Amino acid sequence: MAVKVMIPTPLRQYAGKQDSIELEAKTVGEALAGLTSQYSELRRHLYNDDGKIRSFVNIYLNDEDIRYLSKEQTPLNDRDVLSIVPSIAGGMALDVLAGRGRRAGSIHPSALRCICR
Amino acid sequence: MIETLTAEAVTLSKDEVLRYSRHLIMPEVGMEGQLKLKQAKVLLIGAGGLGSPLALYLAAAGVGRMGMVDFDVVDFTNLQRQIVHGTSDVGRPKLDSAADTIREINPYVELVPHHARLSSENALDIFADYDIVADGTDNFATRYLVNDACVLTGKPNVYGSIFRFEGQASVFATREGPCYRCLYPEPPPPGLVPSCAEGGVLGVLPGIVGCIQALETIKLIIGKGEPLIGRLLLFDALQLRFRELRLRKNPDCPACGTHPTIDHLIDYDEFCGIRGQEAAEPMNGVPEITPIELKRMMDEGAPFQLVDVREPHEFDICRIPGSVLIPLGEVPARMNELDSAEEIVVHCRSGMRSAKAVAFLRQSGFGRIHNLKGGILAWSDQVDPSVPKY
Repeated sequence: MAVKVMIPTPLRQYAGKQDSIELEAKTVGEALAGLTSQYSELRRHLYNDDGKIRSFVNIYLNDEDIRYLSKEQTPLNDRDVLSIVPSIAGGMALDVLAGRGRRAGSIHPSALRCICR
Repeated sequence: MIETLTAEAVTLSKDEVLRYSRHLIMPEVGMEGQLKLKQAKVLLIGAGGLGSPLALYLAAAGVGRMGMVDFDVVDFTNLQRQIVHGTSDVGRPKLDSAADTIREINPYVELVPHHARLSSENALDIFADYDIVADGTDNFATRYLVNDACVLTGKPNVYGSIFRFEGQASVFATREGPCYRCLYPEPPPPGLVPSCAEGGVLGVLPGIVGCIQALETIKLIIGKGEPLIGRLLLFDALQLRFRELRLRKNPDCPACGTHPTIDHLIDYDEFCGIRGQEAAEPMNGVPEITPIELKRMMDEGAPFQLVDVREPHEFDICRIPGSVLIPLGEVPARMNELDSAEEIVVHCRSGMRSAKAVAFLRQSGFGRIHNLKGGILAWSDQVDPSVPKY
């Protein structure tokens, strides 16, 4: 199914600066996997170390939250629109993730990309 | 929506009838709606980017009582977007400045300043006197605090938030609708220091979102139209596109679900992971050099490399002579341009980003490296005042 994934502002820098990506997928999970394999830096922002979608990121299929559908197993139709909706709070950003969980004192290169926008 | 508001008990003077005539001649508002506005008590959290349009339009509309919570003073950099404050207000408490503007727009509004930082200790008491809360804050901890306090006190939470070119708006914590935790059960892990990570904001964006919040507040008061209950409005300023997503009340929500577990306000800084985060910061122990010491090195002709890790558009604003620009995100890929045998000084705007760069480079084997303490801002203060600060 040909679907469009809307990329929110904080994540566009990891998706080639695009605000939406078109791809083929049969389920929500497949679409997100396709997205993160094409743009691998998105993966750490969307998924935690256990491979689950981060709790402060909501995924919508058209206008419905996938938590109230079949989550990542939700099937897709042609021209469906997936939206990634992170929580924002005025001046603070989603891009806080890369340092998380690392040993104190160790900085991953991608952490530097997160800091300045 | 607000069932307790009836159009009795208050009247409009002749002056007020003339003032609000453009409301009164519309059937959707009329005398009944205007009296409800006069009876309404709205609490604004924050007198900044979102709070400014909220305050201005709610005052103009004739809200009877407006409380405002803010502990901050007006800063010069606020003026780009916080339009309730003016140039001559810089340095004044924001509530004093806002009160002057609001009084000038509408002296009939009863203003209640709350010069305080909203906290778990004071929120429930402060909220008790109001019908509706409009959240114009800029951090996750306060958003969760406001949400929980609204759910516990039964007040709707007119929510708006912004980030760079994007905005969100909704109405949370009504009896039948979802609350903020239904949408976001947990906050993101705490970040990097917000003052540098803020990334800027288009000044007019909080203006638009704050106006939407004012609109929703007015609709709730007069009980007309379709409020954003159960709806998340997304606004993309660059594309000028509005989208809407459906928000459902989560039956398992710890705040407003069928079996809520939140019955008191908690430590929201801890909830958002902010407390204790400083200890994990690798910036502690990064070797530093002051601007005066750097200037001495330059004057003595000591060999060193000065690296600027800001963004190209910042480099356009101002720079220190002799510096080489390697934006922070490019440092890992371009560190081979640096000579680890030579003394290196790294700077950014205020010293935060460059500290990260120094920590990263040190772990990559660069032993002779220092962070410019206070960044180019301190350079301007202490060495070269002709360098503009931003």
